Amino acid sequence: MDISEVRKGSKIMIDGVPYNVEEAEFMKPGKGSAIYRYKLRNLVDGSSTNKTYHSGEKFTGANVNTREGQFLYREGNNFIFMNTDTFEQYTIEETLLGDKSHFLKEGTIVTTMMLEEKPLDITLPIFVELKVTKSDIATKTDTVTAQLKSATVETGYQIDVPTFIKEGDTIKVDTRTGTYVERVVTKK
Amino acid sequence: MTEDESQRLEYLSSNLKRRAFIYQITRDFFNKQGFLEVETPVRSPAIAPEKEITPIESEGWFLSTSPELYMKRLLAAGYDRIFQFNHCFRKGERGAYHNPEFSLLEWYRQGVNYSQMMQDTEQMVAAIAAALGTGKTLKYRDNTIDLSLPWERITVSQAFQKYAGWDPTNDPDMRRFDEDTVLKVVPNLNPHRPVFLIDYPAPMASLARLKPGNPRVAERVELFIGGLELANAYSELVNQKEQEIRFRKEIEQIKKEQNRVVPMPEKFIKAVAHLPECAGNALGMDRLVMLFCNAARIDEVMPFTVDDA
Repeated sequence: MDISEVRKGSKIMIDGVPYNVEEAEFMKPGKGSAIYRYKLRNLVDGSSTNKTYHSGEKFTGANVNTREGQFLYREGNNFIFMNTDTFEQYTIEETLLGDKSHFLKEGTIVTTMMLEEKPLDITLPIFVELKVTKSDIATKTDTVTAQLKSATVETGYQIDVPTFIKEGDTIKVDTRTGTYVERVVTKK
Repeated sequence: MTEDESQRLEYLSSNLKRRAFIYQITRDFFNKQGFLEVETPVRSPAIAPEKEITPIESEGWFLSTSPELYMKRLLAAGYDRIFQFNHCFRKGERGAYHNPEFSLLEWYRQGVNYSQMMQDTEQMVAAIAAALGTGKTLKYRDNTIDLSLPWERITVSQAFQKYAGWDPTNDPDMRRFDEDTVLKVVPNLNPHRPVFLIDYPAPMASLARLKPGNPRVAERVELFIGGLELANAYSELVNQKEQEIRFRKEIEQIKKEQNRVVPMPEKFIKAVAHLPECAGNALGMDRLVMLFCNAARIDEVMPFTVDDA
């Protein structure tokens, strides 16, 4: 596409990397060529950068789309997901997921951003429910001051929880901050 | 009408009233000096070939990018003082200061050069400020601007040496010139005073005459106030042969670089033979209104931009 068609929110390829145009500034001397200043978000590593372009430049649109996927299981460093529409499986490496891997348990539904057929990133549900597999017994001094203790959940993630949480409890975790929200009361 | 639209238009009403008032003052300003208000076609078979201005086509013709050629055809026929408000169209130009359809005020005088255009502009803006009761100072965005006359005049050569570290009149590099204009020169011009940037490199003014005694520059001037590029004036080129050569060169470059076919405006070229010594100015009315409304975006001074049309 021609640069004049690029808008805020357009997804474009630069040197083989997909970017989202977060801000687009158009400047032009009356008789001169247009200058385009973009704030760009790298869709692979999330970094942000500013770039200046001239009129006449051409870009390839980044064929970025999203699909719903269910996390199935982990195999070494690979996380295996299933497309909930087509039931096809796809793999995302742990390095790409980063801290998000801490909140993935079997059955979690995520939104996956794909560049053509290549997964780039996932969006987690804001809250996930995870089972506490290990929890320290709070010492008396702990209870007086912080009223928090360390616990490990089923994904292996370590989290601070209130002292009343026991092994086997299920807790709600905010995936944006990675913090404890509340204990989930399971009805029998 | 959606709720959003009615809210937006209500919010704009004070600016639109001010806009109408500014038009009225501007008309009075030119009428009082014996100028004739004219109207020329918005849709034409040929327009001035300009590499960096892409016209919008209309059934094989072109929407006006500026009324300049028609104004000069009137001058060639003996009209000595004329002005008009013209809706102009430039493809793809959209930003905080741009809408692809916008309003240009153009005026021309016989027997003068670009210095007179600077004086006219000073007087006109001063008349508007007086009528609006803004006095000698104007608040535009982060700056207070002192409008007292005369305004600053600085040559392109001086401004570029000062703010961009090179002299484009020695070695014109169009791309670098345009980028440095918007990123280095304009942002560094005195923010508290209107500034005329004068004497552009000769290749950057295809309708202006070269400066007598210094053919490396053309008698072209641009006005900047508060970071807004407001007006562009020339001592007009009145040499028919030279005009035809410049246009032919521009047409060839457009074909070669953009594969865009632009016809030669033959009737205009014929008229240049009869063009008296004259000067003209093109002033962006939307931006002038922005300045007096303290508006950061052109959207604040027009009810329906291309995004709301």
